[in-house]
Amino acid sequence: MGLISNGTTIFDNGSMASGFSDDLKFISKATASASLSVDITSGIDSTYKEYIFMFNNIHPSNDDITFHFQANASGGSGFNETITSTQFRATHGEDGSSASLDYLTGADQAQGTSYQLLAGSVGSDNDQGVSGYLHIFNPADTTFVKHFFGAFQSIAHSNRCNYQQVAGYFNTTSALDEFSFKFSSGTVDSGDIILFGVS
Amino acid sequence: MAVVSGGTTLIDNGALDAGVPTGSLILLSTQTASASASISFTSDIDSTYDSYVFKFINIHPGTDWNNWFAFQASTNGGSSYGVTVTNTAFRPYHNEAGSQTGLNYLDSYDQAQSTAFIRLCEDTSSANADENLSGTIQIFNPSSTTFVKHYLGRSQTGISKVGQAYTVDWYGAGYFNTTSAINAFQFKMNSGNIDDGIIKMYGVK
Repeated sequence: MGLISNGTTIFDNGSMASGFSDDLKFISKATASASLSVDITSGIDSTYKEYIFMFNNIHPSNDDITFHFQANASGGSGFNETITSTQFRATHGEDGSSASLDYLTGADQAQGTSYQLLAGSVGSDNDQGVSGYLHIFNPADTTFVKHFFGAFQSIAHSNRCNYQQVAGYFNTTSALDEFSFKFSSGTVDSGDIILFGVS
Repeated sequence: MAVVSGGTTLIDNGALDAGVPTGSLILLSTQTASASASISFTSDIDSTYDSYVFKFINIHPGTDWNNWFAFQASTNGGSSYGVTVTNTAFRPYHNEAGSQTGLNYLDSYDQAQSTAFIRLCEDTSSANADENLSGTIQIFNPSSTTFVKHYLGRSQTGISKVGQAYTVDWYGAGYFNTTSAINAFQFKMNSGNIDDGIIKMYGVK
């Protein structure tokens, strides 16, 4: 049964009509607790052409490590898809030292299958950690490569503010339906990773 | 018909009551390119929303070489596109061979009081399916008749150029230097058709 007010359909067939509902759709929230990795293994399919991961206060157990991610193709095994990527960073010390903007040749990949760096040199003090976002475009497509870009604000073990921009593509025409996030050593001590679909 | 619950009006006169929480990102239009000379959005751009977001997904050109995806605005409902723009552009890049990287301001790709279409990516081409781009633009307060209209954009492109495959993370920002309301936008390649791809327009409350 639809609900129509003054000729305007508000609800129909179990859903709110277009124009009333939010088209940034919450899909899932994963909360880390001394987790070796946070793997998102459901909710990513052809329903949406774009997915956004939000990272809130991702905190490592170990000091001076990198936060990174990879994907797994549908039906594949292991987080090891081929990536070509770019990375640059603005950085500034809490003591006002050494502000700079640079391309990071050690943080990109050229047809690599490693986990892609999102934030580097992350510290484990309570005033350190990572927050940010990552967009993945059309991961279920089987014609084109899969583009991604993101921005991450982190506090380094050396008390530096790091603002890192990452982008690139998974060089595969296979659908991607699983993503993994972890630190280069130790565990994800705490933090939330929230997955949204964009209608 | 109104819907009232516990004495509180939820729906009346064809609209949700202002006190009922709704979404903040509202899909207004989706257009799919199929050998399209251009894609235009000529309705729903008004004072309803404070900003508008366009998302372009897997834009693939129909013509090879020296080809890029671009947009412009209209103040006359789409009769013409060519509002005066001043903007900036920069991008990091990296090739699949791992031998070339860079982060540069692009002084040949920016505009200074120009009415030309605005680049949204590095050159791309039609040769391969991995040569396409995805990205987003946000336009702020296009219906203002007091201020100029700011925009922010970012795109991610896979391209082939001079025998090399690259990834390019493009940043563009600027303003339409007009106090007239902008009420339409058009997207196209600088040469040939948009072979494939989706462009979506959202309103942001």
